Amino acid sequence: MPLTLLVIITLSFFIMRLAPGGPFDAEQGMAPEIKANLQAAYGLDQPLPVQYARYLRGLLRGEFGPSFKLRDVSVSELIARGFPISATLGVAALSAALLLGVPLGLGAALRRDAWPDHAATALSSFALAVPGFVVGPFLALVFGVHMHWLPVAGWQPDLRHLLLPVVTLALPAIAHVARLTRGGLLEVLRADYVRTARAKGLSEAQVILRHALRPALLPVVSFLGPAIAAIVTGSLVVETVFGLPGTGRYLVEGAINRDYTLVMGMVIVYGAVTLLANLGADLLYGWLDPRVRHE
Amino acid sequence: MNEALSVMPGLWSAALQRLRGNRRALGALALLTLIVLAAAFGPLMSPYSFDHLDWQHIAAAPRLATGHWLGTDRLGRDLFVRTLSGVRISLAIGLTASLVSVVIGVAWGATAGYLGGRTDSLMMRAVDVLNALPYLFIVIALTTLFGRGNPLALFAAIGAVGWISMARIVRGQALALRHKDFIEAARASGGGSAHILARHVIPNVIGPVIVYAALTVPQMILFESFLSFLGLGVQEPLASLGSLIRDGAQEMEAAPWLLAAPAGVLLVLLLGFNLLGDGLRDALDPRER
Repeated sequence: MPLTLLVIITLSFFIMRLAPGGPFDAEQGMAPEIKANLQAAYGLDQPLPVQYARYLRGLLRGEFGPSFKLRDVSVSELIARGFPISATLGVAALSAALLLGVPLGLGAALRRDAWPDHAATALSSFALAVPGFVVGPFLALVFGVHMHWLPVAGWQPDLRHLLLPVVTLALPAIAHVARLTRGGLLEVLRADYVRTARAKGLSEAQVILRHALRPALLPVVSFLGPAIAAIVTGSLVVETVFGLPGTGRYLVEGAINRDYTLVMGMVIVYGAVTLLANLGADLLYGWLDPRVRHE
Repeated sequence: MNEALSVMPGLWSAALQRLRGNRRALGALALLTLIVLAAAFGPLMSPYSFDHLDWQHIAAAPRLATGHWLGTDRLGRDLFVRTLSGVRISLAIGLTASLVSVVIGVAWGATAGYLGGRTDSLMMRAVDVLNALPYLFIVIALTTLFGRGNPLALFAAIGAVGWISMARIVRGQALALRHKDFIEAARASGGGSAHILARHVIPNVIGPVIVYAALTVPQMILFESFLSFLGLGVQEPLASLGSLIRDGAQEMEAAPWLLAAPAGVLLVLLLGFNLLGDGLRDALDPRER
C-alpha cells in the first residue's frame, strides 16, 4: 500500500509538471525578474528531481505546498478546512448505506419472491441506474424549492443541511448493499451448516442471527472498499449540487484553474483515503471470515 | 473471427436466437435505435442550430408554435436541438472511449494470459496498481494537463482508465485457453505468438468481450456526463447531456424543462444500454452454454 501511494504521488507530480506552461504564465505584464523571483520563491527554478525530493519531504511533514492560484493559502489549510465536511458527508452516507441496506436486503431475502422482495429489487435497480447528478437536483427541487422543507444549498453542521446530500450520496450504496445482502443470505441459507442448525432444532431467528448472518454479510464487506471509493467520487457531485464547502470543490476548481499543487494534494488525499478504505475492508473481511485468515 | 465461426458452428446462431427471444433486450435495442436515429436526423428537422441564439424566446417554455419543441435556455438556444446534439456527443464519447478501452484491454489481457508466467504477473501487477488508483482523479489530472474541453483528450483520458476490467476478464479467458489442444496444434505447426494471439486466442474470447463492451458503453457515457456536469468535460457552446443537466439544475426553479429533457434522455439511454448488455450476456455467457 505505501508503494501504491508512492506511485500515486509520483504519477501526479510528474503529470502536473509535464503540463505546458507554469503557474505564473497567466499573470499579465509581469516583469521577467519578478517572475524569476516568484519561481525561485516557490522553488520552481530548481531541477525537477530536486523539486520532487523537496515535495516528498514536505509530504512527510504533512505539507502539500502553497496553492498556486488562491493567495496566501496552503493546500494543507484548504484540506484542513474542507476535509471535515467531506468526511462527515461520507461517513453519514456509508452508515446510512449499511443501516438501511442490510435490513432491506435481509427483509427481501426472507420474503423471497413475495412483494417486499419485488419492491426492494425494483427500487434498488432504479437507485442504481439513476446518476447522483440527476437525483440531487431532483431532490433539491422537490423538497427544497417546492415544499420548502429543507435548504437547497449551503452548509451548517446540522441534520437539515446534511439530509439531502447524504440521501443523494447514499442511495446507490443502499441499493448495492441491499442486493449483496439479499444474494448473500440466499446463498448461505442453502449451505449444509444451516441445514444442520435447523436440524438441531434452533428457531429460524437463531439460525439466521447465529449462523447465517455473518457469512451472508461477507459480500457486503468486500464491497466496502469500492463503496467508499464510489462515495468519495460521488461526493464531488453532491458537493457541487448542494454547494457544500468540502474538499471535492477544491479538486474540481483546482482542475479548472490549473492549480497544480491543489489538484496534486487532492489526488493524494483521495488516493490515500481510497487505499485505506480498501485495506480496512480487507482486514475486516479477514476478521469475519476465518477461512481467509490463515492464508 | 471466421475461424471461430467455423470452429463453433451454432454458437452464434444459438446466441442470436436467444437474443431474439429476449423481449426486454429487443425493446432496448429498438429504443436505442430510435435515440440514435433521433440524434442523427432530429436536429435537421428543427429550424434552429445548437448554438443559435433566439433573442425572441429567452428561457421559453416548450411550445410547438414557436418551433422550440422543448423550450429554450436563458440564452435562447433551442433545447430540442441541444439535447439531441448532446446525445451525439455523449454517444460519440461513450463509443470511442469503449473502443479504446476494449482494444487496450483485449490486447493487454490476451497477451498476459497467453504468455503466462513472469510476463503475466508483471502485466497484471501493473493492472492492480492502476486499479488501486482512484480513476476519477487520474482523469481529472489528465484533463488539467491537456486543458479542458479538448474532446480528444477526454476520449483518451476516459478510455485510458476504462480498460482495466476488460484486461482482467480477457486475461482469465486467455489463461484458460493457453493449453488447449488447438493452441498447442497451432504452436506445433510453427505459429508465432502474435499470430496465435490474433488468430486463435482473441477470436475465442470474443463473446465475453462483446458482453463486457456493451456494458462499458453506458459506464463511459455516464462518466463523460459526470465530468461535464462538474464542468470538466465538453465546453460551451458544445453540449453533452452532462453539461445540459448542470445548466438545467441551476435553473430548475424557473425552467424545470431544462433539467427534465436531458436528464430523461440520459436515463433512457443508460437504461437501454444496460438492458441490451444484460440481454447479450444472457445470450453469450459461456456459463449458460
